[in-house]
Amino acid sequence: MIPVTWYLALSIILFSIGMYGFLTRRNVIIMFLCIELMLNAANLNFVAFSHYLTDLHGQVMTFFIIAVAAAEAAIGLGIVLALFRNRRTVYSDEINQLRG
Amino acid sequence: MNTFSPFTLSSLSFLGPELVLLSVGILLIVVDLFFENRLLLPWLTAAGTLVSLVLLFNSPSGIVFGYMYVVDAYSVFFKMVCLVGVLFTVLLSERYLTTEKLRHGEYYSLLVFSTVGMMAMVSGGDLIVVYLGLELMALSVYCLVGLLKQDSRSNEASLKYFLMGAFSTGLLLYGISLIYGLTGTTDLSMLSQRVVSLDLINNHAFLVGLGLVLVAFCFKVAAAPFHMWAPDVYEGAPSSITAFMAVAPKAAAFAVLGRVLIMGFADVHIHWGPIIAFLAVLTMAIGNIAAIAQKSLKRMLAYSSIAHAGYALLGILAGNNEGLSATMNYLFIYAFMNMGAFAILILLCDNKRRGEQLDDYRGLAKTNPLVAALMLVFLFSLVGLPPTAGFIGKFYLLVAAIHAGYIVTVVAAMIFSVISAYYYLRVVRYMYFENAVQETAAVSISPGMTAALVLAMIGMIGMATFPGPILSFAGKSLIGF
Repeated sequence: MIPVTWYLALSIILFSIGMYGFLTRRNVIIMFLCIELMLNAANLNFVAFSHYLTDLHGQVMTFFIIAVAAAEAAIGLGIVLALFRNRRTVYSDEINQLRG
Repeated sequence: MNTFSPFTLSSLSFLGPELVLLSVGILLIVVDLFFENRLLLPWLTAAGTLVSLVLLFNSPSGIVFGYMYVVDAYSVFFKMVCLVGVLFTVLLSERYLTTEKLRHGEYYSLLVFSTVGMMAMVSGGDLIVVYLGLELMALSVYCLVGLLKQDSRSNEASLKYFLMGAFSTGLLLYGISLIYGLTGTTDLSMLSQRVVSLDLINNHAFLVGLGLVLVAFCFKVAAAPFHMWAPDVYEGAPSSITAFMAVAPKAAAFAVLGRVLIMGFADVHIHWGPIIAFLAVLTMAIGNIAAIAQKSLKRMLAYSSIAHAGYALLGILAGNNEGLSATMNYLFIYAFMNMGAFAILILLCDNKRRGEQLDDYRGLAKTNPLVAALMLVFLFSLVGLPPTAGFIGKFYLLVAAIHAGYIVTVVAAMIFSVISAYYYLRVVRYMYFENAVQETAAVSISPGMTAALVLAMIGMIGMATFPGPILSFAGKSLIGF
């Protein structure tokens, strides 16, 4: 059996990549993908812990997270599309009309 | 703790207010599809909200669905704040949507669905339900912010809100996963027992998890340094939604913060107390100082709502029932004064002016004395000057924080409160002591707007003269918490 620490290490790596990408990338779509990476790091944690603790709550949580992430993706891409129609850009440093 | 109750149909009777709102939301979509008369929709929503409010005080309380859903007086109080917020928003939107040429149908149904999300969040006894409620609320509000599809400022606000919201959700989930892994449960009441029995109070991984959850909720209540999105989003969103966001989702996030920190992690107060104290001071500082530089009233009110989140954090910081009831009381009063100020802002928005710039308020007292007088009352209350409701709210918060021993934080709160007087009273100066730049048209008032203003005034006067009932309701709701 693979020890639970390996899963944790993998999930921390995933989470860090996601967070780093979100903070450094300027393309909104890539930033969004990085958020998905962070969510999946949490999913991996939940499933690993669920198996390790032999408790089903973690797996239930994972199902909910996957379903909600799908809804989130639909709304997020819709928002990006609405913005692209008006501005013709997906780069976050060009989206700077509101400031002060 | 109640006995374990598996799912039965009778459990649904605990969900009365939520089910009413859910059916209203679906009904609104149907009515929007088949009826031409769009003016029916706001009144239908308002009626549904009122029915839900009445049901809220007549439903049984208990813990249903296997500890998942807690219907107690604490959740009832916050649901009341959220429903009052929605009621105001609906009344304000009635004429505003026509002015802005917004579509009515999805606006009202999204508003109602986000409220259902808040109610689930407030009642969540398990982190899974809290997460689901939070997402239902957040996803609906992302759409509402971006509803002005032709306006690129609204698009931008919506995108910024979405990205920051989704990012904070990622942090929240990772934090929950760590807490789940260490305690083996997501049930809040079980969590507090496991934290003690497994001796996790000084466990580093546990503290990282708690920290991530804390950061995620600070994003939601727009506490500094996680407030960056708030001014932009509040400025770009339709004004009625800005008013809504400053009241209802914020109250719901505070409810969860209170429940998670004080019910789930009360024993870890030594760790999160100082952090919250620091965040509260920082939030008040950034909110109040940045508001001084604003030329737009809408953006100024956005910073002011950040500052008010800082004041409300004082009660959470105390970490006891006295503090939490002061926060609840304050959020309720804030709902009225903030909605009142936004009502005036929306009232002045017509085809010729936006009512968002401070210059629009020059000489208002000469052209519209009544409107200026109302605005004066709401602004005085936001400052927290003594005879107003805002003072009552702030007073109890400061007392609670002093009793908990955070003297320095309270002194800072007082200083920033004085600073805030400068920018609120500047609006008063514009209204009363300056002449209008151009001839301003008379404001046209609609039935919904009248109802909103009357309601706000009644609430303000009621809370200023008889603060007892709400305060004792907030206090009582925490017994056996």
